[in-house]
Amino acid sequence: MPGTTFDRLMREEYGKVLAVLARRCGDLDLAEEVLAEALARAAERWPREGEPAQPAAWLTTVARNLLIDRARSNPLEVEWTDAIAEQAEQVAADAPPDHGEFALEDDRLRLLFVCCHPSINQESQMALALRTLCGLTTREIARAFVQDENATAQRLVRAKRKIREARIPFEVPDATQLPERIDTVLAVIYLLFNEGYLAHETEPPVRTDLCAQAIRLGKLACDLVRRHVEAQALVALMLLQHARRAARVRGGELVPMEDQDRGLWHEDDVRAGLAWLDGAIACHRQAQRPPRPYLLQAAIAALHGRAGSSEQTDWPQIAALYDGLLAVLPSPVVELNGAVAHAMAAGAQEGLRRIADLEARGELSGYHLLPAAQADLLRRAGDAGAARAAYRRALALATQPLERRYLERRLHELET
Amino acid sequence: MQYIILIYGDERAYASAPKAASEQMHSAHMQYAKEMTEKNVMVGGSQIAPSTSATTLRLVGGKPVATDGPFAETKEQLGGYYLIECANLDEAIKWAGRCPSIQGGTIELRPLVKHAM
Repeated sequence: MPGTTFDRLMREEYGKVLAVLARRCGDLDLAEEVLAEALARAAERWPREGEPAQPAAWLTTVARNLLIDRARSNPLEVEWTDAIAEQAEQVAADAPPDHGEFALEDDRLRLLFVCCHPSINQESQMALALRTLCGLTTREIARAFVQDENATAQRLVRAKRKIREARIPFEVPDATQLPERIDTVLAVIYLLFNEGYLAHETEPPVRTDLCAQAIRLGKLACDLVRRHVEAQALVALMLLQHARRAARVRGGELVPMEDQDRGLWHEDDVRAGLAWLDGAIACHRQAQRPPRPYLLQAAIAALHGRAGSSEQTDWPQIAALYDGLLAVLPSPVVELNGAVAHAMAAGAQEGLRRIADLEARGELSGYHLLPAAQADLLRRAGDAGAARAAYRRALALATQPLERRYLERRLHELET
Repeated sequence: MQYIILIYGDERAYASAPKAASEQMHSAHMQYAKEMTEKNVMVGGSQIAPSTSATTLRLVGGKPVATDGPFAETKEQLGGYYLIECANLDEAIKWAGRCPSIQGGTIELRPLVKHAM
């Protein structure tokens, strides 16, 4: 079996199939076990017999049958739930399992709510969502969170045990619990999107499938909680960022927004993102509350999306939105991005002054994007010597290959 | 699935509370227990006497020896419990969240372990 095809399938189908199985047995560990067995059979049979037309359906059927076998042969360990009984009846009646795309997405949303349950701590929530919904390996998750692989594995084991022991339901919470749960779900959806937007380790580094999944989950969340400003704004934000996917990487190198060929931006996604933002703004006006982070970030992304070029971008407005964002989401990373926007609006020196402030506080020490932003601004200001030094500092910290190549090229240009 | 609702609170504050407040809390618990009984959720439950009434048992030389204590060193002590039957954690969270002692206290919710016979 060509490893790449199988790996791709595994990534694309894993979350879908696992979500269906997990709902059916209410036990993530068991679902993972039978799915692993189904995948092993696929690895053995598909090269000989050819890949089935619907790989997800094939895997679900095989795993479902394994699940029923386990429940039958091991009644003490595997609870014979109503859902499993229903599956067994379907098999007995020789009926095909329900594979409607919507049913699958529904199950993924259920699984997402399980992963985001408030009785699981936040780091585990995200790790669990990446593992179960996106099929990332423990190693990839550990890298994404800059963590030890063993610690991540332990975290996942504990979280899954808790789901089973405390019986966290595979259901979307009802109207009384939904409002308090939705914020975490949105945070995890955006984290999934970001993992796809620039994966830390996986090949390819930009996983559009993961981004598309995150967008789908975001839209499903919007279906669940009508007129939720932040849910709609998050969908808008993701669409507007996703629209740039074809322009973001060129020749194995990350292309900063100002150098991107905007003709490559997906016009449909930009339009859809702007429409979602309009919807969010309309709800926001009715709610009469101060804007929250996703709305502000989507508004920033929309100003970029509407601009024909970096020069035509409304930088003063973007800088003002960053100030607003910093007020509701105080974070040194937001401050750094805001400093760059201020530089674009008021000149490189203004940005460098703000970054120097940030650097003096030491909150971003070890973060490669701080010297990278300094380097870009110094280059703009014409200070080649200081820019070179800053690019070297950034390179000493950067690990993501696409980012490294960009920094190396800039440094090389200044050296010749 | 059975869950236990463990009620933690400052027992000294509770002991020194005005009579009216204690009575109000008591009747709120009565109402709460009544509703859970009607909905077939309640399995059991009780207030627990303050930690000053506690006896600790330990094996000393292979024999159980009773002593005074333990003395409360933490700010909150176990003051009562409810045993409830719910379909899942979300249902249990809903009931536990309505426990009157959440006012001024902390509620811990834990699943009971079911052993195969």
